[in-house]
Amino acid sequence: MTTSKPFVLGAVAYDAKVVPIWEGFKTYFDSHGLPFDFVLYSNYEKQVEAHLRGDIDCAWNSPLAWLEAERAAKQAGRTATAIAMRDTDCDLTSVVLVRSDGPIRELADLRGKRIGVGASDSPQATLIPLVALAEAGVEGHVVRHEVMVGKHGDHVGGERDAVKALLAGTVDAACIIDGNRLAFIREALFVPPAVRVVLQTAPYDHCNFTVLDGGPPATAKFRELLLGMSYDDERVRPLLDMEGLKVWKPGRTSGYALLERAIDRFGTIEPWLKSVA
Amino acid sequence: MNLDLGDLGLDEGAHLLVKRALAEAPEVVVRGTASTLVIDVPAWARAQGHTCTARDGGFVLVRGPDRWRTAERAGRAAAPEAVAPAHWGLAARGALVERGAPALDLPLATRAEVWADEAARLYAQASAAQWDPATAIPWDAPADHPAEVEDAVVQVMTYLIENETAALLVPARFLGRLHPHFREIMQLLAIQTADEARHVEVFTRRARLRRDVLGLSSAGGQASLATLFDEPDFAIASFLLSVLGEGSFLSLLWFLHRHGPDLCTREVARLAAQDEARHVAFGLAHLQRHVAEDPALRERLAAAIERRHTALAHTAGLNAEVFDALLLLAAGGWEPARLRAGHTAVVELQRDMDDGRRQRLVRLGFAPDQAAALSALHTRNFM
Repeated sequence: MTTSKPFVLGAVAYDAKVVPIWEGFKTYFDSHGLPFDFVLYSNYEKQVEAHLRGDIDCAWNSPLAWLEAERAAKQAGRTATAIAMRDTDCDLTSVVLVRSDGPIRELADLRGKRIGVGASDSPQATLIPLVALAEAGVEGHVVRHEVMVGKHGDHVGGERDAVKALLAGTVDAACIIDGNRLAFIREALFVPPAVRVVLQTAPYDHCNFTVLDGGPPATAKFRELLLGMSYDDERVRPLLDMEGLKVWKPGRTSGYALLERAIDRFGTIEPWLKSVA
Repeated sequence: MNLDLGDLGLDEGAHLLVKRALAEAPEVVVRGTASTLVIDVPAWARAQGHTCTARDGGFVLVRGPDRWRTAERAGRAAAPEAVAPAHWGLAARGALVERGAPALDLPLATRAEVWADEAARLYAQASAAQWDPATAIPWDAPADHPAEVEDAVVQVMTYLIENETAALLVPARFLGRLHPHFREIMQLLAIQTADEARHVEVFTRRARLRRDVLGLSSAGGQASLATLFDEPDFAIASFLLSVLGEGSFLSLLWFLHRHGPDLCTREVARLAAQDEARHVAFGLAHLQRHVAEDPALRERLAAAIERRHTALAHTAGLNAEVFDALLLLAAGGWEPARLRAGHTAVVELQRDMDDGRRQRLVRLGFAPDQAAALSALHTRNFM
C-alpha cells in the first residue's frame, strides 16, 4: 500500500492500450522515487473539469483540452502551463485529400462541396483543416465522422471513415493528419495515385502535460523524470513506443495558434467554457 | 550526405533510400520532385524520431534515437558461446537482439552441459535417414509362425511401445528447457523425439497387425521408466536413457532383427535400431565432452546408477512375460530344441547388452572394473 501522497495524472481512455501505458509509467515513476497514480476519463472535458477541481495534479491533454484548460483557468484567474510534450507532438500538419479522378482540380473547386472530416472535436481531422480551408476562402458542407466524440480525435477511426467516404464518393474531400496519409497507404486503404492533396495546413502542435498554477511541488520531479526517459533504456522503450514518441520535450505553447483561430471562428468551446465558469 | 530521390515518393518506397542514407550518415539532405514529399518527409521523420528541417527546397534530416543502438549480438552464427543469456530468448544464434525482449526460463544454457561437436553431423544424418513407415516396412509380408509366437511378438511390441514412449518424453521435456542458442542440440533432440514417435507408431502397428489386444505392462517396468522420466538433470538423464538404456535397446533391436519370426518384425527392428544408434552416439558424444570439462561429473553419473538401482531394488525388474516372450520369439516354436536355442539367444542378448554398456562406460572414462560393476547395476528392465 502506498503511504505517501502520489502525483496523480489524468488521461483519457481512448483505447484499451491506455491502461498498460500508464501502468508502465506508474512503475517507472514509482521506481524512481516519485509515488505516482493515474485516473482515466472517458472524455477530455471531464478531465479538464477534474483538473480545475484539483482531483488530479497534471493532465495529459489533447491540444483542444489544453486550450480548454488554459481558457478556463484564465477565466478563473488561474494559470495553465504546458510542462512537457512528445517529440511527435511538434510541427504536425493536416492535409485535405481529393480523388484524383474527381472534378476537384484545385482548392477553390471545393467551395460548397461535401468536406469529409473526423469527429467534431478532432483538432487534426476537423477543426484545423476546416479553419485552414475557411482562411483560404473555402467553405462547404461539412460531413462529420463521429467516432468517439469527447476524445478529440485521438481515435483514428474518424479519419479513416472520412477517407473511406472519399473513396466511396459520398464526400468530395477528406481531412486527415499528415502522417495518416502514409499510414493509410501502408494499410492499403488507398493507392497513392488515387488521391491528391489540395491543401496542407500550417504546422501546429498536439498534446501536452498540463499543470494549473504551477502544479504541486512534485511537478518538477515528474517533469525531470519524464525528460530523462531514454529510448536507449529497454525498460522504458516499450512505453515510449506505445505512446508514440522517442523523446519527451519541454512543453511549448507556440504551436496552438491555428487551433485557437479555429475554436474562435467556430465557437467550439464557448458553451463548455460557460458551463465551468 | 545529399540524397536525391528523383520523382520517387515516400508513398512509393523512397523511405528505404532515406533509411539507407541515415544508416551511413547522421545528417542527410533529402531532395526530390515528388509532389507529396513536402508532406511525407516531415511526417515520416517525426514518426521515426529524426529531426527534420526544411532548407533550400530540401529537408535536412538528423538521425534520431535508434532502438538497435544498445542491441546485442547473440553470439556467432557458426558456433555457440559458453553461456547463452536468457535475454537472447528465441533469437537465431548470431542475430542482433534488441534489449528488452522477455527473458525466457531456459535453464539448460551452458555449452558444457549440452554441447557435442558431433551434433550437426548427427542431425544431418538423422534428417537424411528419416523413413516413411508406410513404405519402408513390408506390412503385407507373409508370416507363417505359430499363434503363440505371434502373441510373443505382440508382448514384445507392447513393451517396446512403453519404453519408446519414455524415450520420446524424456528428451522432449529437456527440449523445452534447452536454450535454443544451442541450435544443433535442439534440432537433434527434436528429431530424436520424432524418431521415437515413429517407433511408437510402427511398434503399435506391428502389434496390431494380427491382434486387437495388446500385451502386458508391469508395475516394475513402469517404475524403472519413471526414474528416467523424473530425472531433472540433463546429463544424468542422457546417461541413463541414451548411453545405458538405448544402448541396451540397440542389442535388443538387433536381436529382434535376427530372430523376428516374420520379415515385418525384422524390418521394424532394423529401422528402429538405426535410429537408436544415433541417439546413443549423441548421448556418448556430449557426455564425453561434458566429462572432459567437468571430471567430477563421472562420479555423479556413477552415483546416479547406484541411486536408481536402490530405488528399483523392490521391483521385479524385467517383466517375466517379456523375458518369456523374447525366448519364445527367438525359439519360433515349442519344440525343446527350439526353446533351448531361444533361451541361449536371450542369455546371449543380456550378455551382449552388458558388453555394450561396459564399452560405453569405458569410453566415458570409467575403469573397466568400475564399468563392469556399474553395468551390472543397470535396470533389469533394459531401458
